[in-house]
Amino acid sequence: MEHRRTKAAIWAWTLFVLVAIYLPIVCGALASFNKSRYFGFPIRTYATEWWQKTLDSIEIGMIVKTSISIALLVTVFSVVIATFGALAFARYEWKGRKLYQKLILLPIFFPQPVLGLAMLLGFNAVGIQTSWMTAVFAHMVWIVPVVTLIIAIQVYGFDASLEEAAYDLGCSRIQVFREVTLPLLWPGIWSGMLFAFLLSWSNFPLSLYTTGADSTIPEWLYAKMVAGYTPMVPALGTMATLGAAALLLAGGLVGILARRRAAA
Amino acid sequence: MADLAIAHPERQAAAESPAQLRQDRLLSVGARCALPVALLLGIGFLAPLVAILGYAFATPRSFDVFSSFTLANFATLFDPANTVWLSFFWSCGLALFTVAILAVVAYPIAYGLNMVFGRWSALISVLFVFPLFVSENVRLYGWVLFYIRNGVLDGSLKWLGLPGGPEVLYTPGITLFGMVYTYLPFMLFPMTLGLALVPRDLVDAARDLGAGRLFIWREIELPLAMPGILIGMLLTFVLAIGATAEAKILGGQSIIVISHDIEIAFTYSQNWPLGSALAVVVTFFIGALTLFALSKLDLDRMLGKR
Repeated sequence: MEHRRTKAAIWAWTLFVLVAIYLPIVCGALASFNKSRYFGFPIRTYATEWWQKTLDSIEIGMIVKTSISIALLVTVFSVVIATFGALAFARYEWKGRKLYQKLILLPIFFPQPVLGLAMLLGFNAVGIQTSWMTAVFAHMVWIVPVVTLIIAIQVYGFDASLEEAAYDLGCSRIQVFREVTLPLLWPGIWSGMLFAFLLSWSNFPLSLYTTGADSTIPEWLYAKMVAGYTPMVPALGTMATLGAAALLLAGGLVGILARRRAAA
Repeated sequence: MADLAIAHPERQAAAESPAQLRQDRLLSVGARCALPVALLLGIGFLAPLVAILGYAFATPRSFDVFSSFTLANFATLFDPANTVWLSFFWSCGLALFTVAILAVVAYPIAYGLNMVFGRWSALISVLFVFPLFVSENVRLYGWVLFYIRNGVLDGSLKWLGLPGGPEVLYTPGITLFGMVYTYLPFMLFPMTLGLALVPRDLVDAARDLGAGRLFIWREIELPLAMPGILIGMLLTFVLAIGATAEAKILGGQSIIVISHDIEIAFTYSQNWPLGSALAVVVTFFIGALTLFALSKLDLDRMLGKR
């Protein structure tokens, strides 16, 4: 009896926290459909004109393009580097592994605003002009370790004797990697790709210091929040959130379908 | 099999040597796989820290990195009249409270993800991960819209004929609230991994032997889940020390946190060497804490066990 009550309490608490987590996102969506320029609740007149203005804005179009370019490049580079990084993390037994496992965590255990500033100083010291391309590099410093951990979890569940069997059957190193290692690690790599894209898409502290004259969506939103609020701020914020949700949903479905097909 | 081996001794040798070779290479394959990551972190993480260190010893208000050497920046920082220490205490205090509150908030959820939610676990995990993909600015600004005068809370209460919501925005308390909100996933997921390390048989066995629930929690669950809980606490603490968005957006700069001080030195006061010196102090503090904690962990056990 008592046990059931505990379970109910845990469910209730979890749902309460989930509601609290999504509450501000819902508030933003509400504000974006407000017709008047200044937010007041309950909303008197609902309108989609701020969404329309956001979609029509050339400035915002450029910012969205910058954000997407950064996120795509970060995804491609990070996943390649992190796949090998994860093999070194979890698959192979080698001398420096224990040390490597800890060092790779350091960028995650580091405040991003300080990391962003440090990178700005570094770029400045060697005379590199910051732009959206330096931001790609900056994002990777934080995202590659995260993706490495995600893929490493897949690598731990991976049966190394399958690779050995392929070698014994005469496969070359590249064949083994392409035909055995990659397909087995694919679910982890796929999650890693989604994480890489979405973490780059939503990153603010690293972008702030390393994009130079270019601007990403979170940067633009912050600038307008501090000075010059219009309902375009919650509108673009909500669009970015919906975009991330759509990508996560599509990515999750592809992952599930691929697993079904592999199982069949 | 034995006579086959005798019949073709040279073939056996040939079959053995590639395996032998692979065995030899296996030692360095790992290192080679780690190389791209190591290069990236060397250039992108270590080198900037060296640059900061270089700037920290440069002449104040100059850009003469690596060409001048002075301790003047540190002298300025350690001057008791400097308000930097106040920021540092605010950051540490807020971070400690964030960790303590989050440990209590996240524990039941982490427990539920492991033991209660069953097939719903995956979906609930995704729902907790997703906010990481929404910029913290957007989420924190949503709270501003919620708490602001005539906002969602205030407006709803007035609409119901009540006196209206409390004025909580732009206070240290709301900054703490924002930090608890932002860093929840960073406590929750390591904690969940940690609780997954607790073998259920052990808990069942203890219960069969008549142990009470509190006893099981204190003597079995908590110690076995400790690595994960500690990682979660460390991660939240470190990230909360460096947090700025909460104090700026929700706190309305009613308090200045340490990263904000660093930022001010870099932007408004254009004193990169002073900002760097402050960043070096923060980095040493965080680095010492992280390295100490990480040296005590076995990551293979934490991540490998499913």
